[in-house]
Amino acid sequence: MRPAQQNHPVTEQLSLIRRIGYSIFPGLARQPEKPRGYRHFFNTLILHFRPRVVPERTLRFTLTWGLGGMAVVLVFMLMGTGLLLKFAYEPFPGRAYDSIVRLQNDVLFGQLIRNIHHWSANLLLVVVFLHFLRVSFTGAFHPPRQFNWIFGLSLFVTVLLSNFTGYLLPWDQLAYWAITICTGMLEYIPFVGAKIQHWIRGGPEIGPATLSNFYAIHTAILPGCIIILMAFHFWRVRKAGGLVMPRGPGEDAPSRRETVPTIPNLILREVVVALVLIASILVLSVVLNAPLEAKANPGLSPNPTKAPWYFMGFQEMLLHFHPLFALFVIPFLIMFALVSIPYMRYPETTPGVWFVSSKGRRMALTGAVAGLIATPTGILLDEYLIDFVAWIPGIPSLLNNGVIPLAFILVGIWGFYSIMKRRYGASKEETVQMVFVFCLTAFLILTVTGIWFRGTAMKLAWP
Amino acid sequence: MGKLWLGLGAIALIELVGLVLTYLRPGKPRGSDDAGTVVEAGAVEKFLPNSVTAFVRGKFYLCRLEDGGFLALSRKCTHLGCTVPWMNEEKKFACPCHGSAYDMRGEIISPPAPRPLDAFAVSIENNVVKVNTHRPIKRSEFQKEALVYPKKA
Repeated sequence: MRPAQQNHPVTEQLSLIRRIGYSIFPGLARQPEKPRGYRHFFNTLILHFRPRVVPERTLRFTLTWGLGGMAVVLVFMLMGTGLLLKFAYEPFPGRAYDSIVRLQNDVLFGQLIRNIHHWSANLLLVVVFLHFLRVSFTGAFHPPRQFNWIFGLSLFVTVLLSNFTGYLLPWDQLAYWAITICTGMLEYIPFVGAKIQHWIRGGPEIGPATLSNFYAIHTAILPGCIIILMAFHFWRVRKAGGLVMPRGPGEDAPSRRETVPTIPNLILREVVVALVLIASILVLSVVLNAPLEAKANPGLSPNPTKAPWYFMGFQEMLLHFHPLFALFVIPFLIMFALVSIPYMRYPETTPGVWFVSSKGRRMALTGAVAGLIATPTGILLDEYLIDFVAWIPGIPSLLNNGVIPLAFILVGIWGFYSIMKRRYGASKEETVQMVFVFCLTAFLILTVTGIWFRGTAMKLAWP
Repeated sequence: MGKLWLGLGAIALIELVGLVLTYLRPGKPRGSDDAGTVVEAGAVEKFLPNSVTAFVRGKFYLCRLEDGGFLALSRKCTHLGCTVPWMNEEKKFACPCHGSAYDMRGEIISPPAPRPLDAFAVSIENNVVKVNTHRPIKRSEFQKEALVYPKKA
């Protein structure tokens, strides 16, 4: 007697289709008496990726707002539509623009596919940004989630770069000049900037080499990075025992014991979010076309020439600081501050509570209001009143347009920190959050100013 | 033994990285040999003093200052590389991107530009103005010696 036949049905009696089916999924053949069907098969497949049970509290929609899941859905939509676009797109300066026009006019659903790709990409930036806010305001970066914060930040940068490299590909006026100024920014990185710029552009100026570089980076390197980083990101969520447990201010951390099965409780919710998201993007893409301006003309910069909207904050800073500071020192400081947030020493932590505590909520509001007042005031003062360059002439503009104004701002932020800490008698976690909110508001206002309040020749103007 | 393999692996990795970087190094831009980069702008008399003429193909402006000296300026803004148009009524180059402005000599009128417009070498042979667009000359300020004057007939 052959032992193998104990577990398998007598194959001679089965139809060919059954036999092929069992050869693909041997699990189905093991219990032929009570076939549990495809539903069972899919469930076991899902449970390879998801935990068997999840704490009931973390299912609350207002904990995550479904943002992480949305980001995953958008990434897959982008990869799908991106693959389709690859069949139509020709990455050569003379032909790229025409291939896009042909895609839009002559290919059935061509315009729709491009629209879905465009709107998903923009929405992805918004979604990952909101996800970042959610994680920071629920304190989901404290141990054991410290390093996942770093993975998250890396993913954010990768998504930003994906958007940016994709921006050049249509080769229209918008793309060409936005990439001109953005790669022009690289030159101000000390020592290595000019070299990096030469590499990215594939030569001294934007041309065929730039386009093939961006095409390769956009369609192969960055998607690869995103997939790898995403895998690590999810793995760390699992390792941390799932999501942070939501609780009210003053409430003790709840136990993880009240769990419910993942299927259907979590999966159903995720599918609903995904379907609503996909439906909304489809509607948006039917109604609104992705922009396409005139073909790129290296001899004519449109007035005003603006960076993509997600770089408007930095563009606005360019108008106020020496480029070395706007493009290197300040972004470096921001990145350093963000990376160090989970690694600061907090005497006590409150993961799972929105805005740390009741006092934390009041202070966050104070930070937001302060940012809301200070930033527009600063922009207006710098536009019409403050002029360090004229007041302190005869020194390099690196000093009077960089070090000195930045020093004023940093001293201001430090003063704000220490005064508020004393006034509220607040913990470090609450005060750090307040400064974070302040800087965040300032950056958002800079971005809004850049998008809507800058007109011809980058003068302040009403939208 | 394990360390030996680790070392060999490290060397192989360094070689691989070097190889990839060499492969990716930008090559010479197509069709930019030295000979093809000298542009004949035209006879000296064609350019009036106190005038600016744009050369689209050579990507430069030929300026003739009031004293008759010639200067070839790159049309690339030194801030972030936008193309600066010449505003004849206001007698200045005004960058549409971030509002930098330069005068006829390429000097900064208003920031954020960090340095004057780059210049190209000008020569005058047999009363014909020639501009070598091969390499832009970076300057920190305008110098009178950079001007090229036609020989007095």
